[in-house]
Amino acid sequence: MPDETIMDGLFGLDGATWDIILAVITALIKAFVIVNGLLLAFAYMTLTERKVLGRMQARFGPNRVGPFGLLQPIADGIKLAFKEDVTPRQANFWVHMVAPMMALIPALIIFAVIPLGPEMRILGQPWTWYVAKINVGYLYATAIASVGVYGLVLAGWASNSKYALLGGLRASAQVISYELAQGLAAMTALVLAGSLNLYEIVNQQVSSGLPYALYLPFGLIAFVIYVVAGVAESNRAPFDMAEAEGELGAGFHTEYSGFKWSMFFMAEYVNMINISALATVLFLGGWWPIPTDAPGIIQGLGPIVFLIKIGAFMFMFIWLRATFPRLRFDRLMSLGWKVLLPIALVNLLLTSAVVALWPLGVWPFAQ
Amino acid sequence: MVVPRYERRETVAFVEVKSPPPPANALSGAVADVTALARGLGVTLGYMFQKPVTIQYPEERPRISARHRGRHELERHDNGLEKCVGCELCALACPSKAIFVEGAENPPDAPVSIGERYAKTYIVNMIRCIFCGFCVEACPTEALQLKKVFELADYTRESMIYSKETLLAPAPKREATDSWMPG
Repeated sequence: MPDETIMDGLFGLDGATWDIILAVITALIKAFVIVNGLLLAFAYMTLTERKVLGRMQARFGPNRVGPFGLLQPIADGIKLAFKEDVTPRQANFWVHMVAPMMALIPALIIFAVIPLGPEMRILGQPWTWYVAKINVGYLYATAIASVGVYGLVLAGWASNSKYALLGGLRASAQVISYELAQGLAAMTALVLAGSLNLYEIVNQQVSSGLPYALYLPFGLIAFVIYVVAGVAESNRAPFDMAEAEGELGAGFHTEYSGFKWSMFFMAEYVNMINISALATVLFLGGWWPIPTDAPGIIQGLGPIVFLIKIGAFMFMFIWLRATFPRLRFDRLMSLGWKVLLPIALVNLLLTSAVVALWPLGVWPFAQ
Repeated sequence: MVVPRYERRETVAFVEVKSPPPPANALSGAVADVTALARGLGVTLGYMFQKPVTIQYPEERPRISARHRGRHELERHDNGLEKCVGCELCALACPSKAIFVEGAENPPDAPVSIGERYAKTYIVNMIRCIFCGFCVEACPTEALQLKKVFELADYTRESMIYSKETLLAPAPKREATDSWMPG
């Protein structure tokens, strides 16, 4: 917030009021930038995915629209916006219409709590790389992410189609199953940090100089479980049972077209970005190895480091999709319940024991 | 004449997949599974750094086999006379009845072909043609050939019925000088 001395008394408002007004305006601008940035990232993520998938299959991928196919997402967007928006006659119109929004909006608002970089001063003014720093940041993220599943389930139900319904059922069963393992894996990081505040979690890792993924062995196990469960959470290959185009048409969005369909598409990719960002925060130490209290310009590298880590996760998502065939549904369930969940649980118990027996922040196995 | 062999593209590397022995216990089974997954990831990553096999048609032209069966062409002798003698064997051999030939007496004063007869009408219906090449095999004078031309799409059915003018190879520039030719 700017200097009180400048704003104090302006338009008859005192400095404290100005602080609030400016905080709201800053938050609105940040929210605008984040939402549009996420949607832009989504657009170019589709291009990247098609290109990387192409190269992994010994072909080029889109390279016709613009140089290197760089205008392809714009062409796709225009096409989708002008496509006919079909609602099946037997569908529940309102639920059918609201479901894509229920999938997309939670995906977009999770990013508000992600601390992209350290708190710093730009031109003497304090600047933060997040919209909100809330003490239950991780809870907020998981709670909102769970709301997103309603979009999938309601889409499946409202379409009044057997494929869509099966897809929606699978989505709910899968996401609920993997949320447990994911939550327990994240709990490992939360126990190590002793905080739910995402900024504090990153700060702990940066100040101790070691991201939680390198707290061997428990941190690494939790990290792997978190990522595997994250792939399942975002309904991506090889866990894309909710879509399963080979058996369910297109799963929960079989009866969707045009812009509503593209909202599901956006939600999937933005969720991938969210899971990557949360994994970066919880296990890769956010802007680590940039120190939080470094001089201004080096601090400015923090968000770049963060985005590089997100990019690495996104590449992993594509890589997995290019490599692995889809799991059978019962295998998916047994992996979630019989493998990931017990390992995550034992891992969490052992981590808690170690943290309880040693002073907080000191890891006996590392260094 | 040495027929150029169809050049094979370089084959991309294949990974030999052996079926693994059954795991002795759960842990070694899990290790084997994870190793298999990692190998799979290695395969896709390896492909990513290879040159794509895509031929970027139409900027890049495909390599056509020497024995490709494409568009029909009625050949000429070096002196410009047509090789086709109007025997209609091609039409007889055609399994889809795509060829129609109407022969006529070869006028001695202005010969069209080298034989006694020539093809007055020669029509190939390219919609019916299945490019089996039986007509070429049936042709006693090697007049009919299937060339490498493969871009045969057009907008109307009428334009897909090729007349003799379309099918005939262009006449050579030089005049007929061969003394063994009749005339």
